[in-house]
Amino acid sequence: MLESIVFYTLATLIIAFGVLVVTTRNTVHCVLFLVANFLCVAMVYVLLAAEFLAIIQILVYAGGIVVLYLFVVMLVNLQRPADAVPGRRRQSRAGFVLAAVMLAEISAILVFSAAKPASAVASAAPAPAGLGNTQVVGMLLYSDYLVPFEVASVLLLVAMVGAIILARKEA
Amino acid sequence: MTLTPITPYHYLVLSAALFSIGIVGVMIRRNIIVILMSIELMLNAVNINLAAFSYQLHNAAGQVFAIFVIAVAAAEAAVGLGIILAFYRNKETLNVDEMNTMRW
Repeated sequence: MLESIVFYTLATLIIAFGVLVVTTRNTVHCVLFLVANFLCVAMVYVLLAAEFLAIIQILVYAGGIVVLYLFVVMLVNLQRPADAVPGRRRQSRAGFVLAAVMLAEISAILVFSAAKPASAVASAAPAPAGLGNTQVVGMLLYSDYLVPFEVASVLLLVAMVGAIILARKEA
Repeated sequence: MTLTPITPYHYLVLSAALFSIGIVGVMIRRNIIVILMSIELMLNAVNINLAAFSYQLHNAAGQVFAIFVIAVAAAEAAVGLGIILAFYRNKETLNVDEMNTMRW
């Protein structure tokens, strides 16, 4: 019961903040709504017993990426809003249609798979008792997924070098 | 009023709705920064999906993949915003309709 209340509250907040991110004219307000959205998503992770993911979400998304966005928004400091030009109505309508089709498609898949009896998905061996979520994720990350982990670190290094080179003023 | 217990389907529907909002944002907004933010919304929807399945199947691999998605999103944001800054320095605009130099 409590879980239901928390979930519906969070879901409403997530959808509301998502709509606000997409519709608000002021870009700074957009970024702030994005922070609120990320925090609500982090709470959903807690609800799903993924505490480590929730912390990562808050640290990396709400703390890092959003600050990056804010910096760029402040740096470019637009005099005229980029959305001021009207027109392109056709593309807007196409956007709504595309999103509606996508939503209908996913909902249809969900409904049809819900109608079927639960397939026997062999669930992996449950985590040994006494281990926290962070320990389980860490052990997976450093054993089964070691190579992807290293590739991700190289990717982050390349992205960092690339971002510095791109944003640097030409000497 | 009685509430049904929360199943993974609830999370999947939430994720689908968030993903659709992201699609609308990418299609209707002309500000390149807002478009990048909409892409972040869509990545978050995918992460909710991964976490929900990880919870249902009692397998932490989904959370590991969500962490990889977050890492890639961070790289994408850094490079994307660097490109936006470099572009803004040249053309003084953030409107995607004016970014048509390489359009055929």
